[in-house]
Amino acid sequence: MAQVTLRKIVKKYDEVLAVRGIDLDIVDKEFIVLVGPSGCGKSTTLRMIAGLEEISGGDIAIGGHVVNDVPPKDRDIAMVFQNYALYPHMNVYENMSFGLKLKKTPKDEIDRRVKQAAQILDITELLDRKPKQLSGGQRQRVAMGRAIVRDPKVFLFDEPLSNLDAKLRVQMRTEIKKVHQKVRTTTVYVTHDQIEAMTLADRVVVMNAGLIEQVGTPNELYHTPATKFVAGFIGSPAMNFIPCQLEQAAGALNLRLSDKLSFPVPADRTARYASHVGKANLVLGLRPEHIAETRRHAEANQHDFDMMIDVDEPMGMETMVYFTIAGADICGRVNPNAGATAGKVMKLRADLSNMHLIDDGTGKVL
Amino acid sequence: MANTAVADASVRPAYGSMSRDRRWALRWSYFFLVLFAIFFLMPPIYMLITSLKTSQEISAAGNPWWIYNPTLANYAELLTQNHYLIFFRNSAVVSVCVVAVTMLISVIAAFALARMKFWGSATLATGVFMTYLIPETLLFIPLFKMFAWVNDTFGIQLMNHWWTLIILYPTLTVPFCTWIMIGYFASIPKELDEAALIDGATWTQTLTKIFIPVALPGIIAATIFAFTVSWAQFLYPLAFTTSTTELVLPVGIITTLIKGDVFNWGQIMTGALLGAAPPLIIYAFLMDYYIAGLTAGATKG
Repeated sequence: MAQVTLRKIVKKYDEVLAVRGIDLDIVDKEFIVLVGPSGCGKSTTLRMIAGLEEISGGDIAIGGHVVNDVPPKDRDIAMVFQNYALYPHMNVYENMSFGLKLKKTPKDEIDRRVKQAAQILDITELLDRKPKQLSGGQRQRVAMGRAIVRDPKVFLFDEPLSNLDAKLRVQMRTEIKKVHQKVRTTTVYVTHDQIEAMTLADRVVVMNAGLIEQVGTPNELYHTPATKFVAGFIGSPAMNFIPCQLEQAAGALNLRLSDKLSFPVPADRTARYASHVGKANLVLGLRPEHIAETRRHAEANQHDFDMMIDVDEPMGMETMVYFTIAGADICGRVNPNAGATAGKVMKLRADLSNMHLIDDGTGKVL
Repeated sequence: MANTAVADASVRPAYGSMSRDRRWALRWSYFFLVLFAIFFLMPPIYMLITSLKTSQEISAAGNPWWIYNPTLANYAELLTQNHYLIFFRNSAVVSVCVVAVTMLISVIAAFALARMKFWGSATLATGVFMTYLIPETLLFIPLFKMFAWVNDTFGIQLMNHWWTLIILYPTLTVPFCTWIMIGYFASIPKELDEAALIDGATWTQTLTKIFIPVALPGIIAATIFAFTVSWAQFLYPLAFTTSTTELVLPVGIITTLIKGDVFNWGQIMTGALLGAAPPLIIYAFLMDYYIAGLTAGATKG
């Protein structure tokens, strides 16, 4: 049983608020990813859970016990650092067993646990090597092994993959997920890479400027973002934001993007948006995959429009097309055979059933 | 000449100039290295030659670089008579103790100053270095006063004892060694002690099991420095010790082997040569570590 609870956590460096009151409940065995741009307070939050940073306000509880003043070693946590932080003068076996030795665990028990962890991570043949004889990926495994042998209540990962090259990163990402499926320890994982967050997490916590923007499963964040920040941060290429006006039009609502371009709002959203008619600062959020080439049969809420393509980027599986509506740069994803050519007008289709209406003043998704 | 150079260049245009530059650079570096080696090896070689001569031959007007009647008499005399062995023992005991005391203090102090961020730790670290900048010549008069005060208050006579030097020398070695070790410890990534902290290590365990092994080259560099300083220290023993049995090597040699205006050159050279041996041997064994230690400090800035 190791749920982690954060209550109104605040971290102040001199006069700067790095973390500004965070509430978070992490369930036992859950894989939580804290994600956000650099300086959003995600690493600070993790280090406060680890006990490496003192908290300036609030409470942290691990397994039901408040640990505000408990030193790191008594919190029963294990941490994997970005630069691995392996002890350079010890071999892999000694690195992994260091924590257990300090706890005066019996020798055969240490041996059993190290061998088991080495087997999980597939590093058995590396046990008597020194860290400098290992590749980046192997060091990363050893760092994880050091965490696993301790059998802690909580695993903490601080951007563990950002020192690896792109290919290895994808591989180790899967590896981490596999390990979690095997050992099922509550995990808090910090990253700035939203793809890493989406692929690994049971739930993702999106942070910005010391606050939590939204907590949810990867799919919840993707399909129903709560704020413009989350909408723009999750998903690649990022969601398009197009300034718009909401107009009343004979019992229905109309989204006006420019003088020439307007779309009817889906009928099931009319009631939800009715109070925002005529408001300033409204923005239409539409993901690139919801702007595609036109097809023969239009489904409900799909609308065709003509656009001059500025840039086309063939990716093989699909082609990205870029154009502008009322000064906003827009990206769409079309079929590679749809004949997208830069400088030519193309008939595109917007799928408004997946639209988001955002109040740019408050940043909230309406 | 010019023609051949052009012809050469046309044969191997890409590599010709590169390797020629390198060849010349190598020649120059060998030239200067040999020059410096001769320059610096001259005195010890002259010492060796002189130590193998009799007093008559030294004062005779022959070729000073040649030994006509080699003899080991100076060595035999020095090692059997005189107080040379006592000086040697005093020097050895003092230096070993000073190194031990210095490293004990400076490693622990440096760890605290580098890692435990406490109020005023940065100022204190600078302060430690500032004390190193005060020349020893300024210090021995205040030290006389302090010794007098200790004698008056506690009745302990610190003057004219070789073991007093064990208390004195650390004032010279501790600041510099602490400074070296602060730099060295600071170059160890912060995550390493955080990892140790999470693994359950106390501060003491972090120091002994992580920091000291990782910073071993730095510790060896500091040890060599402390040993060299205390072995070669001249001013303090000259000022604070007078009896023949309390002297250390550098002072002992000049006070006992120079009698009035009679310089016993053969024995002086022998004594100096033997006295220079221990640091030399230590350097030779720890050279690799010492260089690693120096460069690590250098890149740290």
